[in-house]
Amino acid sequence: MSAKKVKTTEPKAAAPVATCASCTDPALAAEAEGKKTIRVHHVTRVEGHGNIVVVIGENNAVETVRWEVPEAPRFFEAILQGRSYKDVHQIVSRICGICSIGHQLSSLQATEDAMNIRISTQTVTLRKLAIHAENLQSHLLHLAYLVLPDLMGVNSVIPLAETHKPQLVGLIGLRRLANEFSRIICGRTTHPQRMVPGGFTKLPTEEELLQLMQSFRDSVPGFKEAANLFASLAGKFPDFKRETEYVGLVSPSEYALYRGEVGSTDDSRKPASFYKDVTQEYCVPQSTAKWTRNKRDSFMVGALSRYKLNHTHLKPLAQDVAKLVGLTPKTVNPFHNNLAQLVECVHSVEDSMELIDNLLTNGIKREKAPVIRPRAGRGVGAVEVPRGILFHSYEYDAKGRMVEADCVIPTNMNHANIQKDLEGLVPMIADKSEAEIELITSMLVRAYDPCISCSTHCLDITPNQESKPDRGVRFVYKGR
Amino acid sequence: MQRKPKIAFFDFAGCEGDQLQVANLEETLLDVLGHVEVVSFREVMTGHSDNYDIALVEGSITRPEDEERLKQIRANAKILVAFGACATIGGVNTMKNFMSETMYRRQVYGDNARCYDTYAARPLSAVVKVDAEIHGCPIDRNEFLRITKDLLIGKRPFVPDYPVCAECKQVGNICRYDLGQLCLGMITRAGCGACCITEGAHCWGCRGLAPMANLDAARYVMEERAGYSRSEVQDLLRIFLSHTTAPL
Repeated sequence: MSAKKVKTTEPKAAAPVATCASCTDPALAAEAEGKKTIRVHHVTRVEGHGNIVVVIGENNAVETVRWEVPEAPRFFEAILQGRSYKDVHQIVSRICGICSIGHQLSSLQATEDAMNIRISTQTVTLRKLAIHAENLQSHLLHLAYLVLPDLMGVNSVIPLAETHKPQLVGLIGLRRLANEFSRIICGRTTHPQRMVPGGFTKLPTEEELLQLMQSFRDSVPGFKEAANLFASLAGKFPDFKRETEYVGLVSPSEYALYRGEVGSTDDSRKPASFYKDVTQEYCVPQSTAKWTRNKRDSFMVGALSRYKLNHTHLKPLAQDVAKLVGLTPKTVNPFHNNLAQLVECVHSVEDSMELIDNLLTNGIKREKAPVIRPRAGRGVGAVEVPRGILFHSYEYDAKGRMVEADCVIPTNMNHANIQKDLEGLVPMIADKSEAEIELITSMLVRAYDPCISCSTHCLDITPNQESKPDRGVRFVYKGR
Repeated sequence: MQRKPKIAFFDFAGCEGDQLQVANLEETLLDVLGHVEVVSFREVMTGHSDNYDIALVEGSITRPEDEERLKQIRANAKILVAFGACATIGGVNTMKNFMSETMYRRQVYGDNARCYDTYAARPLSAVVKVDAEIHGCPIDRNEFLRITKDLLIGKRPFVPDYPVCAECKQVGNICRYDLGQLCLGMITRAGCGACCITEGAHCWGCRGLAPMANLDAARYVMEERAGYSRSEVQDLLRIFLSHTTAPL
């Protein structure tokens, strides 16, 4: 089937207000003409609000395919202005309930980079564990609650409680373990309290860590079962291929999550401080959010990108699971992001066991907090969170107060790729019924596990104009 | 057999971390689902219905069009519950109320600024009548369970009206002021078990002011006794407690 040319339409504002001429909705007009119109208002089972608009005219010619983001922006970069470095990570944590640990870690990295704060090996190990905990929680939530219902052909996880109770209880058990893991390392699963610039205010006890080790050992059969379940369902993912660029952290020694350089399948490695070279933003007529590109029109971040860039560093069991579910590093099917998440879950468990072993061998000990002397400077943090690479870049003044903050969120980087995928996918399924198109396009969006709460605090709703180098909210104090 | 009460979840500006806490009930969630019928929960299910008894609403109101939607939810629901700090006290969204709105509105919306209304962030209670509140950022999932159970059996849920210090002493923490840290425990509503202080942080005030909070005394302790500057105190107060008529 050949991909037909997709015409784009006038820019549409995110939340139409009837009184405003520039905010009309072409999909409504198309519906009035009796064309096949799919308008998914607020895609379900994703974090945050996103819409899909598809209009198909005569002879199944695709007229409009649009991915929109109407979430209310929350101006996070603005509210950080003038804030003390001690509070910043706790405030940005509130950008997102699911990725709160990742936001805190990226924020702490940026602050520590700006103020030249050195952290101990033990802190690095604990932070790596924190990332694993969040990855496990988030991936399992996505796979069990958000993706599985599509593969089983139901609307939510609730009916599965009756039809597939053992599998579901198994997955829920693994999630409980992930939440417990998070609590032991960070103090809480959402907006945790223990992490501060320079280290941790409270440490897990040896007993807790030993208990966690045992739980991980006991969880392996559960993961094998989950792998078998998804292997049996892998055929349900649409067979859709689209070449794109894959971006993620890379490291010569490990499957990079907490530290590394910015790598890409099309480009050379760059240090995190060059993040603006990779995430070049541009405006397009049919999108309200800014899109990012590096070498092509769009790139993808997330579990699949990490897998493609780092698969040689996966732990043995994770390699086996990848084979079992039929995931190969050559895949260019965005739906396989779900399978890559499962592989990452297993890798996280294996790697966490090694890290905990390491902590227990060296003995976990209270360390003196480093003395922090605020100074003026810039710093960048880059961490791989469940949905992809997350950058925080801060500039502080001499008193340690924020002058300018910039957060680049993985879901924002994926918006362009979601749009391009939809443009490739819709012509292939244009002859299907509206309900089927709605399901398949929603499944595609869900495959990316978008976290729109995160991505819209720096949403820019400007119509097509020259791309400005700045993002979201900026103001620099002059003449102080 | 009585029909099961219908429950719907809604969200406005927020991080959806509170709905996540509900999902984090894990096995217990399946038990809860045996007693209620969830008709709308966008974060975890497809499908929606406007016929419900209890509406659980997360997030703050930041735009006039949000008000319309909330009033509609209020009209449909017999009981409206605000859950999470954004919904109960405005949450961190209210931090933007202390900045020039026009400046970043134009930055964000460009020439379309007149199409969009955004205004000072506020809790649900500033727009509609709220029947029950589940406090915290994020909410405590066990407290959520307790309050939901109370509502299902028609009981008025108990929410502590004493400050966090009471619970902090119970768990045996060293007072943050003795450690040279600023803390809002003395004016914040209890119910969290002083979890942040127990984990080595200080109280941020996310559960809102305790009804009887003596702010004059708190200010005296923070500024005169402990020697913190006005701006340090205000910085901390303005993370969660911006939306209050109390003379902070």
